[in-house]
Amino acid sequence: MIYFDNSATTKVDPAVLATYNQVSEDYWGNPSSLHNFGEKADQLLIQSRRQIASQLGVQPAEIFFTSGGTEGDNWVVKGTALAKRQFGRHLITTQVEHDAVKHSMQRLEELGFEVTYLPVDEEGRIRPDDLRQAIRSDTILVSVMAVNNEMGAVQPLAEVAEILRDYPKIHFHVDAVQGIGKGLHDLIFNDRVDFATFSGHKFHAPRGVGFIYGRTGKKLMQFLDGGGQERGQRSGTENLPAIAAMAKAVRLLKQNEPQTVATEHELRLNLRDYLQRFAKVHIFSGTGPHFAPHILCFAIEGVKGETIVHAFEEDDIYLSTTSACSSKKGLTSSTLSAMGVDPEIARGAVRISLSDQNTMAEVEQFKRVFAKLYEQFKTLS
Amino acid sequence: MEYSEIMVRYGELSTKGKNRKEFIRQLGQNIRNVLKPFPAVVVKAQRDRLHVVLNDQPAQPVMDALQQVFGIETFSPVVKLPKDASLADIQQTAKQMIKEQYQPGQTFKIATRRQNKNYPLNTYGIDDGVGSYILEAIPGIRVQMKHPDINLQIDVRLSGIYLSSITIPGALGLPVGTGGRATMMLSGGIDSPVAAYLAMKRGVKVDMIHFFSPPYTSQQALAKAKDLAAKLAAFGGTIDFIQVPFTKVQEEVKKRVPEGYLMTIQRRMMLRLAAAITIDRHCNGVFTGESLGQVASQTLESMRAINDVTSLPVLRPLISLDKTEIIKIAREIDTYDLSIMPFEDCCTIFTPPAPKTKPDLEKTREFEKLVDVDGLMQEALAGIEVTKINVGDDYLNSQEDVFAELL
Repeated sequence: MIYFDNSATTKVDPAVLATYNQVSEDYWGNPSSLHNFGEKADQLLIQSRRQIASQLGVQPAEIFFTSGGTEGDNWVVKGTALAKRQFGRHLITTQVEHDAVKHSMQRLEELGFEVTYLPVDEEGRIRPDDLRQAIRSDTILVSVMAVNNEMGAVQPLAEVAEILRDYPKIHFHVDAVQGIGKGLHDLIFNDRVDFATFSGHKFHAPRGVGFIYGRTGKKLMQFLDGGGQERGQRSGTENLPAIAAMAKAVRLLKQNEPQTVATEHELRLNLRDYLQRFAKVHIFSGTGPHFAPHILCFAIEGVKGETIVHAFEEDDIYLSTTSACSSKKGLTSSTLSAMGVDPEIARGAVRISLSDQNTMAEVEQFKRVFAKLYEQFKTLS
Repeated sequence: MEYSEIMVRYGELSTKGKNRKEFIRQLGQNIRNVLKPFPAVVVKAQRDRLHVVLNDQPAQPVMDALQQVFGIETFSPVVKLPKDASLADIQQTAKQMIKEQYQPGQTFKIATRRQNKNYPLNTYGIDDGVGSYILEAIPGIRVQMKHPDINLQIDVRLSGIYLSSITIPGALGLPVGTGGRATMMLSGGIDSPVAAYLAMKRGVKVDMIHFFSPPYTSQQALAKAKDLAAKLAAFGGTIDFIQVPFTKVQEEVKKRVPEGYLMTIQRRMMLRLAAAITIDRHCNGVFTGESLGQVASQTLESMRAINDVTSLPVLRPLISLDKTEIIKIAREIDTYDLSIMPFEDCCTIFTPPAPKTKPDLEKTREFEKLVDVDGLMQEALAGIEVTKINVGDDYLNSQEDVFAELL
C-alpha cells in the first residue's frame, strides 16, 4: 500500500501507540481523583503538558488539551467572540480556511457578528494589504491558517503579525493543524500569535486528541463547563492515554523535524517535476518557502478528482480529492475557487499529502501507475 | 549587552556595627550557595559591595537567582573596562548600554566617580565627554540631572572602569543565618510557608517540622510539604525537613479527651514536640503560621492555652495579616499552587465539629492528664526522620524518570 493522504490522517507511530497502551494499562486512574492512583495519573498529565510546552518553547500553562483541530478552532473563534463581544463584533479570516474556522465564523454571523473573508492570490495566499484595510476599531479576532490543507500554501503570518503589532487587543489565531513539524515553528509561534490550534492525528498521534496554545493573559470564553479541568477552561475527564501518546508524538516530531521536512520536500519536488511533463496536468502547489513540504495538489483536465482517486486505489495507492472533510460531499475545492481556478479544472483536483514515512520507491511506483492511468484518461476525454 | 559582573549593594548592614563582617561573610556564602548551578561565577564579598564576577556566564539567570537572596538591597549588572580604557571605549560601552534601555522621550544623566586619580580625565571631563557623545548618538534623548530615566554610573577605580545603568531592587531583609536558628511548624497549607519565608527574611535559618499521621494523611501530603520546603530553600539554601510521626498521639488524644478540647490538646502536643526538637537542635524559637482569628486554634485564648507548654519564643510572623495578604505573598514566593493541592494534613483530620474557640487553661491542663504525655512524646521523638532538602527537589513528581521513558 502506498499512503499519500497524510493531511487527512496519519498512521499512529508504533512507539506512540505503545505509550497509549501502557498508559491505558498502568495509569488509568482519573487525574482528578484524590487517591494516590489518581494522583499518579495527574502527575503524568502534568508531565505531558510540560513536555509539549518545552518542545514548543512555550509555558505549560499555555497548553490546553482538546479533542482535536475542529474543537480547537471552534473554541478559539467562538470563545473569542463571546469573551470579547463588548469590545466589538467584527472578525477577520480568509476565504481558504478549514471548515472548522469557516463554519464557526458563519455561525457567529447568524448571531450578529460581522466577518470579513480575505481573498487570496493565485498562489492561495492572502495579501497583507487586504488585512490592513479590513481592520476596524471593533475588530476582535484575526484567524489565519498556517498551511492550507488543500494545496499547501503557507500564509504570510509574519506580515500579519507585523500589522497586528499595532493592534495588541485583537486576538490573533493561527490554525496550525497542517503546519506543525513542517519547519514553520518561528512562523507559527511568532511573538504576536495569541492562539494556535493543533491536532494529534496529523502527526502520528491518536485521533480524538489535540491541543491549543493560548498566550498567557489572553482570554477565551471557556469551552466546556463541568468539573473544571484544564484550569476551568475545558471540563471533562482528561483523555490521558491519548494526551500522553500525543506528548510522545510531539517529541518525536520535533526531534525528526529537519529530516522529515527534507524527505518530504525531496519527494514532493520529484513528484512535481514529473507531473509537470504532462500537458493536461495543472499543478496548484508552487515551490519555494511559500509552500509546505508535504502537500501537492494538482488536477488532470477533463477527469473528475473522484475518478482519479478511485483509479489509483485499484493499485493500492491512496490519495485524496482536495480535502478529506469535503470530498464526500462532492464539492469542488473552495480554496481553488478562491484562487480563481477555472471550476472545470478544479473539478479534477486531487491532493497528495506526504509524511516522513513515505519513500522514493513509493514515488517511483506512483509514477509508473500515473503514466498508465494518464494514457487511459486521455482516451476517455 | 555582555556584562562582566553583577554589583550587589548590601541591605541594612550599615547599622550593624561590629557584626558587619559576619553579615557580609554569611551573605557571600548564601549567594555562593544559590549560584552553585553556575560554576564559572566567582563571588567576592567586600566591605562596601559584593561582586559577582560572571566569567562569560549570561547575566540574566544569575540575576534571577540573586533576586531571591535576603540581605541584598539592590544590584546592578556592570560592564568592566580596563583601568586605562580610552574615553572612546567608555563612550561606546555607554552608548550600547543606554540604547538597550532607551525608550523614545526618555532622559539620562552621566554620574562619574573617580577613585583612580591617575586617570587622565577628571569626572567633569568624563561626564561631559560621554554625555555629549550620547546626545549625538541617540537622537531625541535629553539630559536631566534630577530623576533621570536612565542614570549611567561610571566608576573609575584602580582595578578598572565600571559602567552600570540599571539598578534592580533586591529581596531586602537580612542574610539567612545571621538571625540565628529556629524551627518552623510547616503544615502544607498556605500560611506556614509564608511565615517561614518571613522568618528567613529576618535572617533566621529555619528547620522545618512536619507532623504526619499515616494512614490518615497520605504520602502525597508528605511529599507536598517537602516540595514546599524545596521552594523555600531558594531563599536560604538547604533546609532540614524533620518529619514527626503523629498518628499515635492523635488517636490517643481523640480516644481520651472530651471533644471540645481535642484540638487544643493536639496542638499542645505538637508544640511540646516542636519545643523538644527545637532545644535538641540548639535552635532558639519556634515559628508558626498562625494568624489571629483565622480558625479556632488561633484565638488569643487558644494561643494562651496552647503556648502554656513551653517558655521558648513562639513567633508568629503572620499574626496580624489578612488571608488575602497572606495569599498575595504565597503567590509571590510561588508556594500557593502547591499549598492548595487538596491533601488532608494532620491539622485537618480529627477536627471536632465544634472546637472550643475559648478553651479554659485550667480545664485544658486537667483534661490533658488523661493522656500519657511523656510516653507519647518519647515514641514520637523516636520516630523522627530528617531529610536535607534543596531548591529544585521534587517529591510529588518523583515519577519523572518513569514518565520520561513513557513520553
